[in-house]
Amino acid sequence: MDRVKRTLAPYLLVLPGGLWLLLFFAVPMVTMLSLSLQEGDVVNGFVFTGHWQNYTESLADYQTQLIRSLVYGAITSIILIVLAFPVAYWIAFYGGRRKATYLFLIMLPFFVSFVLRTISWRMLLTDDGVLLHPLKAAGILPDGFNVLGTSGAVIAGLVYSFLPFMVLPIYVALERIDPRVVEAARDLYASPMTSFRKVIFPLALPGVFAGVLMTFVPASSDYVNSELLGSSETTMIGQVIQAKFLSNSDYPSASALSFTLMAVLLIGVFSYARMLGTEDVMKVAAR
Amino acid sequence: MYPTDKPSPSLLRGMTQSRLGRRDALRLGGLSAMGAFLAACGVEGKGKPQASIAPDAVAKFWSGKTQSGKLDFANWPLYMDPKKPELKKFTQKTGIQVTYDEVIQEMGPWFAKVQPQLSAGQSIGYDLMVITNSVQFGQFRDSGFLAPLDHSKLPNYAANAAKSYATSSYDPGNVFSIPYASGITGIAYDPSKIKEPVTSLADLWNPKYKGKVGMFKDLQELANFGLLAAGLDPSKSDETSWKAAAAKLKEQKDGDIVRNYYDQSYVDALGKGEVWITQAWSGDIFQKNVSDGTNFKFVIPSEGGTIWTDNMAIPVTAANPVDAITLMDFLYELDNATTLAEYINYVCPVPGAQAQMKKHAAAASGEDRDFLLSVADSPLVFPGDAEYKRLHYYVNFNTAEEKNDFERVFQPIVLG
Repeated sequence: MDRVKRTLAPYLLVLPGGLWLLLFFAVPMVTMLSLSLQEGDVVNGFVFTGHWQNYTESLADYQTQLIRSLVYGAITSIILIVLAFPVAYWIAFYGGRRKATYLFLIMLPFFVSFVLRTISWRMLLTDDGVLLHPLKAAGILPDGFNVLGTSGAVIAGLVYSFLPFMVLPIYVALERIDPRVVEAARDLYASPMTSFRKVIFPLALPGVFAGVLMTFVPASSDYVNSELLGSSETTMIGQVIQAKFLSNSDYPSASALSFTLMAVLLIGVFSYARMLGTEDVMKVAAR
Repeated sequence: MYPTDKPSPSLLRGMTQSRLGRRDALRLGGLSAMGAFLAACGVEGKGKPQASIAPDAVAKFWSGKTQSGKLDFANWPLYMDPKKPELKKFTQKTGIQVTYDEVIQEMGPWFAKVQPQLSAGQSIGYDLMVITNSVQFGQFRDSGFLAPLDHSKLPNYAANAAKSYATSSYDPGNVFSIPYASGITGIAYDPSKIKEPVTSLADLWNPKYKGKVGMFKDLQELANFGLLAAGLDPSKSDETSWKAAAAKLKEQKDGDIVRNYYDQSYVDALGKGEVWITQAWSGDIFQKNVSDGTNFKFVIPSEGGTIWTDNMAIPVTAANPVDAITLMDFLYELDNATTLAEYINYVCPVPGAQAQMKKHAAAASGEDRDFLLSVADSPLVFPGDAEYKRLHYYVNFNTAEEKNDFERVFQPIVLG
């Protein structure tokens, strides 16, 4: 009897979470996949016809936006690594007793709704706003100059939105490094630069990898930053999907675009993992 | 008409206490409430082309339906005085309790939200809703989602409404809907930045205002101006003329003349100097000037503007349709139509409200009187024949393919 219980226990434990995922992740995914191959319109209904042209047509119409989203996502991730690594490094090695406070400060802006945060950026950066108005009045900038509506504004917004998701994983990886390993490097006459390059950075790589996963994927599919800070020249694929779904009731091509985006992101993430040899890195991290 | 960028209605309700509170609320026009993302899937259609309805449809729907003493009303934000004086009067008079929700932010998402329930024949939780004569109006109508109206229950409508509404292209004979308010789409500009008077659509294409021109994100609105600028009539357009209009709009976009394609946030963009000249809805500009002391001008361009109508309709699955139609007619009583127009400042479907509003003005004093007089005399609230002649209706779609073609022609312009 006990043995039966013991063998069943893991399955019973996984059951609630598994059912939850099955119901709210697997079922909608399958429905969307089916929808992406349907034909019709919202009044007369959509019928499954295996209409794969939904994929080719929507991709042909919106490849610019798809590529733009991936580029924005990649730039965002790179800027984030550059910004977040020193911060995480400083907190991990010099934070002392206040580490928790510093981490809390990093998280603090996230207690405010992210839409409101982005809107406050909008107010800050607008053409006659707090930032640009004095510069224009002083004649430093021309009257028609604008920040809002440019790629720069959108990427800046994305970087701001996702900063903690890069800082935290890198911090966790750095925090785990045994200080004696670094001391050993010094003992072996490695310069601070060499010990960073050969010891600290490789050991922090799993954190960087996790950080990129947690920022590149949502940043590429984000639609709020571009909607609020961008213009029609910065439209991202998330906005296209949203417009197709909600404004045009064109569910099939919206679903097709979603799956295309997902496929591209998955391929990207896996080749990135390959490139970094993450399996090895993960093993190091797991120790 | 599409105030997606308004803050949440509950927030607004707290902020809009005075009678003319909608003005203050407009100051917040830049705030955005992202509509809940709705994943509707496994979609079943309900459609048959409904050029006309069965002769006994009205009798069939209304037979056995009785007043229940309550009703749920779905409307757009800022479309009624926050104190709801009209609804209070209604409850006093009829004893019907009204739950009023400002849940409609944009037509596309609203349709996507209620479509699954309506398809399944379930109640959407509302007995009365205000919907624009947009693409989605046709989708509601053709899917059989709207209850046919029993005009014997609408005596005030028959007596007081402008006759032109009975011949609208989207609902001829008011089979399914009667107007709540209409609005005019024209051009607004900031005379402190643009010195020459703006008269024509060509000004939206003027390279002098490069990067300072705003256009609407809504495809119908955008296409209409493209069509009018190309010298074509929106309500009689076909795919060839759409392509000509799209080329015209593309030229405007590729010349970097357009700053952005806006929803309701254009008011804010105009106020902050992000745009100097923009496509605009009449009531907004009127109120922005009154509330913020700005001096923006609104013109109906010489080539013409467009007129749209927000309509009251009863979902076919409504639990309290008799209460709903009673309220619809109540809002057409002269005095109620007048106070409503005094607050919202959009085109009033009751011409007689103009004289009534002047009576109210005579009874008021000071600032209130000036304000009421300016509303009563505004051609944007009570347009005359001269204005109506220059106003066009939206593009009409006969089939779903036509609508899809239309979207494929114009959507890429907005989503650069």
